[in-house]
Amino acid sequence: MFEGLTEKLERAINFFGKKGRLTPKDVKQGLEEIRKALLEADVNYKVVREFIKMVEEEATGERVLKSFTPREQILKIVYEKLIEILGKHEPLKLSRSPSPIILLGLQGSGKTTTAVKLAYLLRKKGKNPLLVPADVKRPAAFEQLRDLAARYDFPVYDKRLPDAVKLSKLALSMAVLKRYDVVIFDTAGRLHIDEEMIEEARKIRDTVNYDELLLVVDAMTGQDAVNVAREFQEKVGITGVILTKLDGDARGGAALSVRRITGKPIKYIGVGEKVEDLEEFHPERLASRILGMGDLATLREKAKEAIEAEHARRFQEKMLRAELTLEDFLEHIKQIKRMGPIEELIKLLPGGKEFARYADEKMLKKTEAIINSMTPEERRNPKIIDGSRKRRIARGSGTTVQDVNQLLREYELVVKLMKEMKKGKFPLRFPI
Amino acid sequence: MIKKLFQGLARARQRLGDRLRRIITRRDPQLLEEIEEVLYEGDLGVELTENILEELRKIPPEKYMDRIKEILISILEGVEVKEKEGKPRVWMFVGVNGVGKTTTIGKIGKMLRKEGKRVLFAACDTYRTGAQEQLKIWAERVGADIVLSQYGADPGAVAFDAYEAALHRGMDELLIDTAGRLHTKHPLMEEMKKIKRVLSKKNPDAPHEIVLVVDGTTGQNALNQAKSFHEALGLSGIVLTKLDGTAKGGIVVHVVKEIGVPVRYIGVGEGEDDLIPFNPEEFVKALLG
Ligand SMILES: Nc1nc2c(ncn2[C@@H]2O[C@H](COP(=O)(O)OP(=O)(O)O)[C@@H](O)[C@H]2O)c(=O)[nH]1
Ligand SMILES: Nc1nc2c(ncn2[C@@H]2O[C@H](COP(=O)(O)OP(=O)(O)O)[C@@H](O)[C@H]2O)c(=O)[nH]1
Ligand SMILES: [Mg+2]
Ligand SMILES: [Mg+2]
Repeated sequence: MFEGLTEKLERAINFFGKKGRLTPKDVKQGLEEIRKALLEADVNYKVVREFIKMVEEEATGERVLKSFTPREQILKIVYEKLIEILGKHEPLKLSRSPSPIILLGLQGSGKTTTAVKLAYLLRKKGKNPLLVPADVKRPAAFEQLRDLAARYDFPVYDKRLPDAVKLSKLALSMAVLKRYDVVIFDTAGRLHIDEEMIEEARKIRDTVNYDELLLVVDAMTGQDAVNVAREFQEKVGITGVILTKLDGDARGGAALSVRRITGKPIKYIGVGEKVEDLEEFHPERLASRILGMGDLATLREKAKEAIEAEHARRFQEKMLRAELTLEDFLEHIKQIKRMGPIEELIKLLPGGKEFARYADEKMLKKTEAIINSMTPEERRNPKIIDGSRKRRIARGSGTTVQDVNQLLREYELVVKLMKEMKKGKFPLRFPI
Repeated sequence: MIKKLFQGLARARQRLGDRLRRIITRRDPQLLEEIEEVLYEGDLGVELTENILEELRKIPPEKYMDRIKEILISILEGVEVKEKEGKPRVWMFVGVNGVGKTTTIGKIGKMLRKEGKRVLFAACDTYRTGAQEQLKIWAERVGADIVLSQYGADPGAVAFDAYEAALHRGMDELLIDTAGRLHTKHPLMEEMKKIKRVLSKKNPDAPHEIVLVVDGTTGQNALNQAKSFHEALGLSGIVLTKLDGTAKGGIVVHVVKEIGVPVRYIGVGEGEDDLIPFNPEEFVKALLG
């Protein structure tokens, strides 16, 4: 599905690219592909409609139609509009001491995990936060927060009361007394249509004169995200959004919907289960992800940290000249492995699935064995590897001819990919 | 039971079904376009929606409603439920983070207890803090036995112990809770496979059920989840949770179509009785009105 989409999008992009000048009809057809891509990314259909209309108005203007690079022009418009709607990262508002932050959201969206992540982030900024387990509903919610917090030595308000409102009030007074400067309230998961629980949220809100009231939204949420966002916004009133579970392969279109409906900023994104997996929100990255373009910026940043600079430079040069040999291929896989849990990372790239297979330990060993059994000449110029050479390589590496074939096929695929990147078939030249 | 389903889906039914009916009886030229939006709103996704629209273009508008129902029901009914016998019968619950695995185990445990079965829970989520305590509370609530473990322990080893315990204590049903993990995380998926292997070694038929829990509010990503878990483990059933909200869970139709695994139950709340056997016809009816 995911690949299917990227394909579709590439089709749309190619479509724009192939012809010199575009007619308004061409634009319409291309936008139709983009519309589908957005829907597949879980952007709400109403938001999609609005969005396409906005883009269309600009895209059929003189500037685009007369341009010699209409494809770039239109993609640029789409991309920039997305970024515009997604808005910028905004830091937390901490206006007093203690500064209360309330986390709200549906069941299982990631509130408790996010509470501790926020505490971690704030402590790094020199704050002294108190965590309040105000979820008196979910079984073991208290233990979950207490134990998670204990792991990182965060103080937790540990009085247990059946009433979340009273508990919040007492916790706040204690925070004042003990001079904590931030208080993070982890609340029970609630449906936006559960009037009783929404009322509880309102009471907590009114009890703790909050600085931030953040809606925690699962990035995998579908069309319903607009209803959730609207109701929380109207009934309780939020100050911002935290988007969680972006470490998976969800495209995260819900973010666009939530942002459009509430007008409130996305403050942070959750990218894992660990306490440090909370990042500032970057609209450019999410925009390219929603469009299925691969999160090149994130990848680049992580890669920069892990890959040796020298290797990266060489690899990139070769990539750009599209003269990647099997040796480079092997070296690159090894380097990439050092980047940590690579599957997720590499899949962020367009066509990254092809690479991802090699991240597997067994696969890597096999690949290494095969490449090591080749002569230097064969490694540099795999075209000369014929049937008898294949048999020799297979014997030498303890693999089969099929394995060798497969490696060569995939290598070719990667080379092709490189060439396409070079040709600009993938929007690598985007202002990311 | 059925009443509860209707309660849970009442809102969805009202909005989606009424709109569809209104649209269809109005017969304006925008008809198909509006139907398209309604289908998207239900999270059916691009592919399925386009397939349905294609079908509709071939028939007169007054038949639209029946045809949509027919298509959806035939997909959902197209897969058979195959129940395997065993003592203990072993169920393994898998799924991404926070979808409702532990809660579903509690509810299914309750259902089995009501049938007079002796039920053992195995707390193989040794990863997420609070997971052990959470399942323990559920066990107490519904009168099930439980095998607990330490955080950080090997889930495969816990599953092994739990199977032994179930055997010795003469349990009828063994329900295994696992840690939530995004389907994209390779090592964690390997851990799932290991739990399965450990159980299969004990009894080639075990696990008799491998159930994927899917959050009903999930959009298109549910398809990726289902495919990955199915590929890794071979699923026998799906539980769709959180249908007590306004989400319609339409993606599950595409999931069923894609992996050919039946939906077995739906979750409609956080309480122990908030579980309903899945009935394709009722589901679609409730969805479309
Ligand atoms: N992969 C991933 N898992 C997350 C993230 N945030 C939360 N989770 C997981 O989602 C599940 C539900 O989170 P929890 O904090 O208990 O949600 P709550 O019910 O809203 O408090 C847990 O398994 C968390 O570990 C995230 O950013 N990435
Ligand atoms: N509204 C609603 N909430 C549910 C349902 N099933 C589970 N939940 C809630 O979703 C959250 C996560 O559930 P849990 O069982 O811990 O998920 P797990 O991480 O997959 O084990 C908890 O707050 C549950 O109470 C349901 O059918 N409806
Ligand atoms: Mg919680
Ligand atoms: Mg659980």
